[in-house]
Amino acid sequence: MTLSTFWFIVIGLLFAIFLFLEGFDFGVGMATRLIGKDMDERVAIMSTIGPHWDGNETWLVTAGGAMFASLPLWYASLFSGYYIVLLLVLVGLILRGVSFEFVKHAETNAGKNIWMWTFFIGSFMAPFLLCLMLLSMVQGIPMNANGDAFPKFFDIVNWLSVVGGVAGVLLSLVHGLNFIRLRMEGPLRERARSLNKVLYPILFAGEVVFAILVFFQTDFFDKRPISSLIITLLIVVFSLIGYWGVLKDHEGWSFAGSGLSLSMVIVLLFNGLFPRVMIATNPAHSILIKDAANSHYTLTIMTIVACILVPIVAIYFIWSYSLFTKRINPKEDKVKY
Amino acid sequence: MLNLGLSVVSLARFQFAMTTVFHFFFVPFSIGMGFLVAVMETMYVVKKDKVYLDMTKFWGKIFLLSFAVGIVTGIIQEFQFGMNWSEYSRFMGDVFGAPLAIEALLAFFIESVFIGIWMFTWDKFTPGWHAVMIWMTSIGTMLSAIWILAANSFMQHPTGFKINGSTGRIQLTNFGDVVTNPQLWRVFPHVIISAIMAAGVVIAGMSAWGLLKKKKGENHFFKTSLRFGLWVGLIFSILTLIAGDFQTQQMLKDQPMKFAATEGIYNDTDDPAPWTIIESIDAKDHKASNQVDIPVMLSVLTYHKTSGSVQGMNSLNKEFHAKYDKKFGKDMDYYAPAKTLFWSFRIMSAVDGIIGLVSLLGLIWSRKKKDTIENKRWFLIIMGICIWVPFIGITAGWFVTEFGRYPWIVYGLMTIAQAVSPTSTVGSLLFSNIVYFLLFTILGGTMVWYSKRTLNQGPYYEIEDSIENVDPFSKEAFDK
Repeated sequence: MTLSTFWFIVIGLLFAIFLFLEGFDFGVGMATRLIGKDMDERVAIMSTIGPHWDGNETWLVTAGGAMFASLPLWYASLFSGYYIVLLLVLVGLILRGVSFEFVKHAETNAGKNIWMWTFFIGSFMAPFLLCLMLLSMVQGIPMNANGDAFPKFFDIVNWLSVVGGVAGVLLSLVHGLNFIRLRMEGPLRERARSLNKVLYPILFAGEVVFAILVFFQTDFFDKRPISSLIITLLIVVFSLIGYWGVLKDHEGWSFAGSGLSLSMVIVLLFNGLFPRVMIATNPAHSILIKDAANSHYTLTIMTIVACILVPIVAIYFIWSYSLFTKRINPKEDKVKY
Repeated sequence: MLNLGLSVVSLARFQFAMTTVFHFFFVPFSIGMGFLVAVMETMYVVKKDKVYLDMTKFWGKIFLLSFAVGIVTGIIQEFQFGMNWSEYSRFMGDVFGAPLAIEALLAFFIESVFIGIWMFTWDKFTPGWHAVMIWMTSIGTMLSAIWILAANSFMQHPTGFKINGSTGRIQLTNFGDVVTNPQLWRVFPHVIISAIMAAGVVIAGMSAWGLLKKKKGENHFFKTSLRFGLWVGLIFSILTLIAGDFQTQQMLKDQPMKFAATEGIYNDTDDPAPWTIIESIDAKDHKASNQVDIPVMLSVLTYHKTSGSVQGMNSLNKEFHAKYDKKFGKDMDYYAPAKTLFWSFRIMSAVDGIIGLVSLLGLIWSRKKKDTIENKRWFLIIMGICIWVPFIGITAGWFVTEFGRYPWIVYGLMTIAQAVSPTSTVGSLLFSNIVYFLLFTILGGTMVWYSKRTLNQGPYYEIEDSIENVDPFSKEAFDK
C-alpha cells in the first residue's frame, strides 16, 4: 500500500469517527424540539453533550486538515466546487456552536428560545448538507482538466443526494436519541426510546431506497460489487442491532449500532471512490489518489506525526468521556446550563 | 452573471480580510483570557483567597463567550483556503496542509477537550487539578498559534522547499526549516504577548465600569481585578514593544519592501536616517511630502545605532523587477500599499503607548497607600473605553503583516491574483460575503451584549441554586 492510499484511508477513518461522534450531537440538537416539552427539558437535553460537542467537532477540522496535508488537490477541488453547500454547512455549524454558550446567558424564555432554535436548525442543516454534498460528489460531476469542479444545481440536488441527506439526518437523529437514552433518566429517556421505535421502521425504508439509488446512480456496484454489497448490508445490520437494542432496552447496543451505521455510510462512499477522489462526468478528468497526493516526504512526516499524536488524543478523549457518566434527570437535578 | 464592477479577486480578498479580522478579535482575546484565567485560578490555589476564585469564575464566563465565537469562526478559516483559494491550495498543499493538520491534532483537541472538562468539573476535581484543566486549555490555544503562524510564516518567508519541475507546485524538502523559520519565532512572541496584553486591558476596563456601578460588596472584587488587569497591561505593553522590535529586525531582512512601506520611504534615506512621524503619501506617483522628521531616529529605531540608511520603495521596486520579471512579467506592481501600512503601523504603536500609559497611571492612582481611583470618574471612564483600543492595535498589526505581503500570497513565488479559485464567481462570493457579514454582526453584537450584561450582573449574581454552586475550593475540598 502506498502512503497516499494510507492517507486516503486515514481521511475516511477521520470522517467516520466524526460522523459517529458528531452524529449524536446533531441528533441531540434535533431531539431538543422533538422530545423536549419545555425549556428545562430542552436545556437538560442539550447539557448531555455540553462537555463533548467541541471535541467531537474537532474530528471534522482534523479530517479537513488531513485532506489538505495529504491529498490537497482533492481538498481544493471538492471545497471550491461545492462552495455554496459548504458555506451553508459552516452557517449550520456556527449557529449551533455558539448556541451552547449564548443560551446560558439568555435570561428570559424568549431569549433562550432564539438560541434553542439556532441549535435545532444548525443541528439539522449540517448533517443534511454534508451528506447531500458527499452523495452528490460520488455520482460524478462536470470537471475540467485543471481539476476544477462545476456541479450544476441538479448535480448537487437530485434523488440520491437528497435521500442521502435525509438518511444522514435520520441516522443522526436516531443515534442522538440512543445517546440520550444512555445519558439521561426519567421521562426523557422513555420518550427517546418510544420515538426511536417509530423512527427505526422509517429508517429501514430509507436505507432500502438509499441502497437502490446508490446502485443505479453510482458506479460502486460495477467497480467493486462484493465490497459495496457487504458494506451496504452492514449499514442495515448495524441499524437492526440498534433497533433490537431499542426493543430490548439495551442502550449500549443501540448506541453502538446507530453510530456504526453512520460510520459505514462513509466506508461505503470511500470504498466506492477508491482509487479516485473526485469523479468527473468525463472519466479523463477524474482525480486519482496518486495524482492528488503530496510528496512522499510530506506524507512520511504526516504519518509519523499522526502515529504519535492520534493515540495520545484518543487516550484523553476517552478519559474525558469517562468523567461524565452520571445520568441527567431534569426533574431531580436542577440543571443550570 | 452580475456585474457590479467587482472582481472575483477583490471579493475573495475582502472576504479573507473580513473573516480573518473578525476571527482575530476573538482569538487573541481568548488566548490572553485563557492564560489570565489560568493565572487567577492558580493564585487561588496558592493563596486560597476567595476573591481569586470569584475572579476565575467571573472572567471565565467572559473567556467562554469569546472562546465560543472564536472556534466557530475558526472553522471558516480552515475551509476557506479550499473554497476561495483552490489554486493556492494546489500550489501550497505540500507545505501548508501539514501545519494545519498538526494544529488540529496537537492543539485543537487539547483546547476543545480540556475546556469541556474545565467547564463542568468544578465539583469533581480538587482545586489544583481543576486548575490543571484550564492550563491545558491555555497551552492548547498557544500551541495552535504556533502552528498557524508556522503556516503564515512560510507565506511571508518561504524556507525548506523546492519547486517541483513537472507539476510546478511547491514541494517540501525540509520540514525542520518550516518549523524553525526565523519569521515564525519572531512573530510568535509578538502575537502571544499582545494577546495577553489585550485580555489584561479588557479585564481592567470592564473592572473600571464595574467600579463605576458602585454596587455594595463588589468593590473589592473589581478593585483586585482592576489592578490585576493593569499590571498585565503595563508589563505586557512593554514586552510587546520589545517583541515588536525583535520582529522588525527580521522584516528588515526578509521583507524590506514591507518595512519601507511601514515607514513611508520612497527614496533611499540619508545616512543616518531620519524618522518620519507623519507625512502625506501619494501612492500613485510614488511620492511622499509634508514629512515631520526626527533626525537620526530611524537609524536608532532600526539598527539600534546612530548610522545606517534605509532602502526606499523605488529602488526596491527596481530590484524586484530585475529579479522577477522573467517569471511574472513586466507589468507587475511591487509597491506595497504604503498608505495602509504607514498608518497601520503608527496606529499600532500608538495603541501600545496608550495602553502602557493608562496602565501606569491606573496603577499609581489605585496603589494601596493612596487609593484615589474611585474619585477619578473620568479616568475610570477612559479605562472603560480603552477596552476597544487593543483590538484596533491588533487589527492594525495584521494589516501591516498581511497587506505588506502585497502583491504576493507566497512571497516571491505566487501572486494573490494567481491563487484564487477558478470556480469562484462574483455572485457566489457576493452571497457568501453578505452571509458572513450578517452572521458576524449578530455574533459580535450578541457576544458584546452578553459580556456587558454579565458585567452588570456582577460576580455575585445568581450564585445560589446553581449546580456550579458546589464550591470545589471549600475547606473540605482542600482536605481531600
